[in-house]
Amino acid sequence: MAELCDLTAADLASKLRAGETSSTEVTESCLARVEAVDERVRAFLARTTELARERAAAADARIAAGDAPSTAGIPIALKDVLSTKDITTTCGSKILESYVPPFDCTPWARLAAAGSVLLGKTNCDEFAMGSSNENSAFGPVHNPWGLDTVPGGSSGGSAAAVAAGEAVWALGTDTGGSVRQPASLCGVVGLKPTYGLISRYGLIAFASSLDTVGTFTRSVRDAAILLSAIAGSDPMDATSLDRTVDDYAEGLDEGVSGLRVGVVKEAFGEGVQPGVRSSIQSALNRLSDMGASIEEASLPHADYALSAYYLIAPSEASSNLARYDGVRYGLRVPGRDSIEMMARTRGAGFGPEVKRRIMLGTYALSAGYYEAYYGQAQKVRTLIIRDYEKAFESFDVLVSPTSPTTAFRIGERADDPLAMYLSDVFTIPANLAGVPAVSIPSGLDEAGLPVGLQVTAPVLGEALVLRVAHALERELAFDAVPPLVAGLAA
Amino acid sequence: MPVEIDIDHVAKLARLDLTAEEKERLRAQLGLILEYAAKVGEAAGADVPPSAYAIPRANVLRPDEPVPSLSREEVLANAPEREADRFKVPPIAEVG
Repeated sequence: MAELCDLTAADLASKLRAGETSSTEVTESCLARVEAVDERVRAFLARTTELARERAAAADARIAAGDAPSTAGIPIALKDVLSTKDITTTCGSKILESYVPPFDCTPWARLAAAGSVLLGKTNCDEFAMGSSNENSAFGPVHNPWGLDTVPGGSSGGSAAAVAAGEAVWALGTDTGGSVRQPASLCGVVGLKPTYGLISRYGLIAFASSLDTVGTFTRSVRDAAILLSAIAGSDPMDATSLDRTVDDYAEGLDEGVSGLRVGVVKEAFGEGVQPGVRSSIQSALNRLSDMGASIEEASLPHADYALSAYYLIAPSEASSNLARYDGVRYGLRVPGRDSIEMMARTRGAGFGPEVKRRIMLGTYALSAGYYEAYYGQAQKVRTLIIRDYEKAFESFDVLVSPTSPTTAFRIGERADDPLAMYLSDVFTIPANLAGVPAVSIPSGLDEAGLPVGLQVTAPVLGEALVLRVAHALERELAFDAVPPLVAGLAA
Repeated sequence: MPVEIDIDHVAKLARLDLTAEEKERLRAQLGLILEYAAKVGEAAGADVPPSAYAIPRANVLRPDEPVPSLSREEVLANAPEREADRFKVPPIAEVG
């Protein structure tokens, strides 16, 4: 018997409207689940329990008055790189351990105005740099499917919270795969929309030409609902697209008959775990049964995407993170003069991965190396964009595994940055090209860990990726429950 | 071949204090990462233009109308050190 906290937002919204439950009951159900499992999962860095109760009561009043959008009263968790007014926002870093933003990020401001209930801020890799959540200054997150494995990263806390029923849905951020890869490893739905579709005002910047806000949900319909609630242009973010918001839940049921699905051949090479390969293959067979045409597609420069990403993202990070200088906010370690104070503050406040990327980016942008590294990487980005344009002349959507493997053990790749970076090899190209992509669970591997399947569409093709993902979700009927959650019922 | 980099110089540019052990580890790791990343050199010829953004936008302006901004108190609330209405910092000139 599923608890309220295990239901989808769409189901809860109809129950709320029918008066079968209240936001207060749903919120208490989530809070109870957090109490029951978070000591083991460690998804949350901060819990906003009292605020959640207040907001739930307010949502119940709005729902009773008949004045409530579909997201009202549904409890959510936010990755701790999203600014929340008067609520500590750390980015998983010691340097911002006590930083309290004076404003809300736009996605949360929109949800808050619509009556959403904030449960707390979720753990993540420091400044969203990582693929395992092991780079948080506040300790790792444990995957509800196997507590000795990683939840993926960098939005590991948000993914784990949704997988474990600690939140009905959550927001994360995706710069190179940080929503889709943890969604894949935690068996939930992770959507990275088109670059610029969701405002980034109040998202603490990592790599500005790549950063996007994304959603974690337990169904594709929920992803459509949540996206509809937060998307759209924002005068506070000059990169936000000038676009009115669609209702992305419309058209979800149109099916895949006649659609041309391209299978990215570069994503089936060496290094893809057999259990991942077979799960994706059987999902492709189902798509074919449903009337889609399946053919091999190619992104010929995909091999270079990882190299380009690990120059572009650190370069932009080294510039964005220059603001942590101990002057206006965050940690300060004293020094004899300002330069010494800044260097000491940054040396003490940043963890190993952030230092690695700042150094990499600083080097790639430095005199004499700029053209060979950053300049060349931007040219490769052009080639990746052209690869997608070419592929989408022949195909409506592209399909690949989300990540080459299922969840790996905590500590397994901690000393090998390149092995860790390979986790994102199939998600990075979409960030470089700005196109939307979603990861949905396609099954379990031989160890009982979830496999993720990625659907990619052209720029602003959100309706299409969601429609294909929804059709596949219904057909695959993935209803496995993490052992941690199943154990609670027993 | 792993790329040789001058760690002290880069750390100085980045305003980042590193321990001797951190420098040693970074020298090795960055050398390998850069060797791998240098693949970008072989992929794109001189005829390929660079893309700074996938979806470029230019001259994005909002109406030039005053809107409320943060109060001085809100802006200073996170200051590590302040003096009256100002952020306080150690001497700007290097102390010899």
